[in-house]
Formats: sequence, structure tokens, C-alpha cells
Amino acid sequence: MVSKTVLLSAVFALAAAGWASAANAQDALEQRGKEVFDYWCEACHGDGPGKPGTAALEVLYNGEKPALIEQRDDLFPDLTRAFVRDGVSVMPFFRKTEISDSDLDALAAYLAP
Amino acid sequence: MAVPPGVSAQDFDRALSEFENAVGEQWVFTSDEDVDLYRDAYSIYKGEPEDRTASAAVAPYTVEEVQAVVRTANRYRIPIYPISTGKNLGYGGSAPNLSGSVVLDLKRMNRILEISERNASVLVEPGVSYFDLYRYIQERGLKLWIDVPDPGWGSLIGNAVDHGGGYTQPQFRNHFDAHCGMEVVLPDGDLLRTGMGALPSSESWQQYKFGVGPWIDGLFSQSNYGVVTKMGFWLMPEPDAYLTGTVHVPRHDDLIPLIDTLNFLENTGVVNGMPQLGSMVGGFAGRPEAALQELLESGASTTELEEYAASAGKGYWNCTVKFYGPEKAIAANWEYAQEKFAAIPGATFEAGESFKFPLSEKQIEEITRGQVTGTSASGLPEFGVPSLAMFSIGARSTTNPYPTAGHIWFSPIIPRTGEAILEANRVFAETAGDLGLTVAAGGFSLPTTYWNRSFIYLFGFPISETPEDNRRTREAFERLVRVAAEHGWGEYRTAPAFQDMVVDAYSFNDHALKRFNERLKDAIDPNGIVAAGRYGIWPSHMREA
Repeated sequence: MVSKTVLLSAVFALAAAGWASAANAQDALEQRGKEVFDYWCEACHGDGPGKPGTAALEVLYNGEKPALIEQRDDLFPDLTRAFVRDGVSVMPFFRKTEISDSDLDALAAYLAP
Repeated sequence: MAVPPGVSAQDFDRALSEFENAVGEQWVFTSDEDVDLYRDAYSIYKGEPEDRTASAAVAPYTVEEVQAVVRTANRYRIPIYPISTGKNLGYGGSAPNLSGSVVLDLKRMNRILEISERNASVLVEPGVSYFDLYRYIQERGLKLWIDVPDPGWGSLIGNAVDHGGGYTQPQFRNHFDAHCGMEVVLPDGDLLRTGMGALPSSESWQQYKFGVGPWIDGLFSQSNYGVVTKMGFWLMPEPDAYLTGTVHVPRHDDLIPLIDTLNFLENTGVVNGMPQLGSMVGGFAGRPEAALQELLESGASTTELEEYAASAGKGYWNCTVKFYGPEKAIAANWEYAQEKFAAIPGATFEAGESFKFPLSEKQIEEITRGQVTGTSASGLPEFGVPSLAMFSIGARSTTNPYPTAGHIWFSPIIPRTGEAILEANRVFAETAGDLGLTVAAGGFSLPTTYWNRSFIYLFGFPISETPEDNRRTREAFERLVRVAAEHGWGEYRTAPAFQDMVVDAYSFNDHALKRFNERLKDAIDPNGIVAAGRYGIWPSHMREA
């Protein structure tokens, strides 16, 4: 019995380590996503004056959705990927030497609900 | 996958394989999805067959990798097209002049190699943006300013070699003028350093431009004779203070002495910020008040407009002058400027903004707000702070509910006189009328003052998602270029779609300048691999075609 208990504990410990590792990976991904946002997106989509992306979304949504994309709860990853790779209006698309696929995954994870 | 023009599929495959060996497989882009990202986001041929596209892209990380890629391209005669950050939006973006070229994407080369607070200079690679350099300076607390163009994500090198400009002191506003020393990979892969950089043990590469012998740096701007891999720039030491003041003059013809006086004050170094011209109608992109609009639409005479200006308590024209320097010295310079402007009868003066440096975050926010709302004479660029605030032009906003898909600029150089401004207004208003275009503040359009020895007019044209709209814009643009040329006014910079026709206007002595550029091209790049067609310079085999 003793040995079984020890074994079970070990299994739980392993599972917990797995969850923690997955959570850490997600945290790291979102942390990277935040860095990508600050470097590439903030100048247009940040808070405050002189941010044309935020100003444009404020007019587009007229209060129905937040103008700040960091506050949105409906930016699913594919939508973020589409805007970054296709552009919209005066926002150009971004090359992979600017925002790599892995950085785009991180950005999409950061902005995802 | 497209194959570059004049290249066999077999040779292209071999070249791509060599590119991969040089830079790593992941930095050679050949899929349609990846290559599509190298089109021009603000293309005037958006969605049309003439839209310029690449066949592939290669992104080296070091100068040695650039040399290896260029050597391979030269061996297989693959046309390559270097870009820095690829953000030359409105002037071609990241798309090549010649469709099917391989884009040489230098964004990964983003190192700030040397910065000197004592010498107020920096040495950078092409992938360094104004934002990058600003962050670097701020993180280290250096007392240095950058002269920034409107969009902060551009490359210092890319902007300078396309003759971009900014907003601080005249010796920094012309970004190519403000550079000191270049490193260039030539079309055969050889590596060249200019100025003092040619002297191996020199420590003054960023201090003296010329070295000895011909100064050839200009050959690598708006051209296709090599790939610029490093450039030095002179930076502006943070000044003590800043001051603005505005002079208003009452009559239409006062514009002539107003500009002459301004020129004197700038050429003597009294006014050392970027002046801003305005009128009773408003400044750049300004719109008149309703009463004035009515008067203008009624075809009011100059006398009636002068009377309106007087009754509204406004000058007919105005000029805001800006000063950087010691607080007491710039106050004295403003006083001296007023004495000079006071020779124009009826001139009145208005004190403007003043700042001591460094700016606080709150001040930067207030300046940004003033810039965006047009309520301030000074924006972030006057203080060397990069942003993307300028993209509010064309973006959706409270005053612009229907956003554009980008823009291009019609931007002719005209003489720095009041007479030239009045003549340009007459000519452009007439041409715009013929073309059915609406010009904001027509008749009162004023040029910008990036260069302290000439004026540039900036007229923005929107890019549309509809080819028919873009076709009409192209026709209007080309008509304006031709009309301007008839008056001796030429574009200072333009998108690839218009480079051939713009260059053709510079036709003195049967296009002697273009012919000289072509002779250089044939000598320096006999296989014509680098940026074929850039600013009208085509390699011999394409000229003959």
C-alpha cells in the first residue's frame, strides 16, 4: 500500500508539473505577445492621443466595443492573424521579418479572449 | 512561384539554394503567402496586373551574408531589390520597381553599432527604425535627439537614401545631408566604405564626410548602384529650450517680403526651427471658416479678402517661426525676428509655445494632443519623438468616416519665394479645376519648409480599393507632374509607378543626367541586378528592350 500511495503521489506530482509547465508556457507565450504588441502595435493601437488605430476603432464601434484592442474580448487568434497579414485601410500588412509566425502566434494568444 | 524576368527556372532554383546556404533556409521566402507580403501596401495599382510583385525574398543578417547573396545574384543575373524596413509607404513600400525581382529584406540587420554622445553621432544598419534608436537613447538617458520623419517605423538609412526629411534644425531636417559615412555592398559583392571610412585606422568616419577624392555618397541615394549596409548620422544634442512665435501680415502681396525676411532669418541662423506657413484659411490641410468659404466661393477679389482678414482680426498670411537653443538667446532671436518682420507694414505678432528640456511625459502627451487636433504649432517631430500620429491622415476618424486604403504624395520642389507660392497656387488650382479635383484651401495652399533653401508642396492623393478610382488618380498625378515640369517644378521623390515619368522631366540637354546615370549603371552593375528601374535607371538590356 505504501508503495501504491507513493506511486499515486508521484503521478499527481507529474500531472501537476505538466499543468504548471503548460501554464508557464502559456504565460511565456502571452508575455512574448505583450512584447510584440508594445513593439509593433502600441504606436497605433495604444492608449492616449496620437494613436490612429485606436481613434479609428473608436469611430467604427462608437462605444459598442472597446477602441483599445487590448481590451477586446472577441479577438480570436485567426482574426488577429488576418489583420496582421492582410492589413486593413491605412494599416499595412506585416512581413515575416517584422512579425514572425511564432511572434504572431504569441500576439494572437495575448489578444485572445 | 514566379521566376525573375530573363532567368531560367533552373538558374533560379540554383540561386535560391545558394541564398539558403548563405542566410539559412528559414530566411528565404518563396511561398506565395510569404512573397505576397512584399507588395506595396499603398499601391496605386492595387489589385491590377501592373501591381509590382516579387518572386522571392531573402533576409540576410550580416554584411557577409549580403555579400554572398549579391554575388550569387550577380552570377545568375537575378534582379534583386534592397529594402530597409520596407515602410516607405506612399513611395512604394517594400515592392520592387521591377516585378519578379527578389527582395533583399534588410530588416533583420537592426544593430545600432556605435553611438557617441560626445560627437552626437550614430552608426546604424538598415533595419534600425526611428523607434528603435529613440528607445535605445531613452534607455541609456543620452542627451541626444533624432530628427524623425512623420512615421517612426521607417529606417534611418532607407529614409535618408530616399531623401526623406524631418522637423528640427535645418542641418538635421534633410536626412541625407545629415549623414556622415556609408558602407555599401557593390553589385559584384565588393565592400566599399566612403569618406573617412576608407581609411582603415580612422576614428573620424562619423565626423568628416569627404575623406579625400570625389564624394560619392550621393550616388547611393535614389539609385541602384549598391546595397547600403551601414550609415552614420549626426544627431542633435538636446537643446536647453524651445520657443515659437507667429507673425501675421495683412495683405495678399505681403507674402513676398514675408518669405524674403524668413529666408534671411533662416540663412543667418536666427530662425533654426522648421517654419510653418499659414493663412487666414488655415495651415497645412486647413479649412476655412464658413463665412470665408462663402466669400471664396463667390469669387471675392483680393481687396475683399484683405478686408475680411482685417475684420476677422486675422492676417492674410502668417508664419510661425521656431527656435532651439539657450532660453535667453532664443528670446533675443525672436525679438530680432520681430524687428525684421516689422518692416512689413501692419505686421502683428503673437507669442507662441515655449518649452524647457527634457520634456515630461505629460508634456509629450499634451504636445501629441495638440498635434492631432491641429491646435498646436509644434508636434512630436519638432522634439525628435517618433510616432505614427501622422497616419490619422486617411484613417477613419470623427472628421473622416470613410478611410482610404493608403495615400501617395504629389510633392514638387518650387523656389523659396512668395512669387513662386502665388504662381503655384494659380497653376495648381487651374489644373485641379480641369481635373475636377477638390483642393482643400484652394488658392491658399502653402508649401512645407523641410528644406531651408527651397519649398516642397505636398498634395496627398488617396489610394482606393477600386481600380477605376486609382486609374483616375494616376491620370491626375501624371498631369500634375507634367504641368509642374512646364513651370520648372520637379518632384523630389516619388513612388516606382511614377519614377520613369518624373525622371524624364529632368531633361536638360537631351536627358544628359539620365544618360550619365545609365553610363554609371553599366559600369558599376553591368548585369543590372540591383533595383532595376529605380528612379528611372534601367540596366542596358532593359533599356534596349
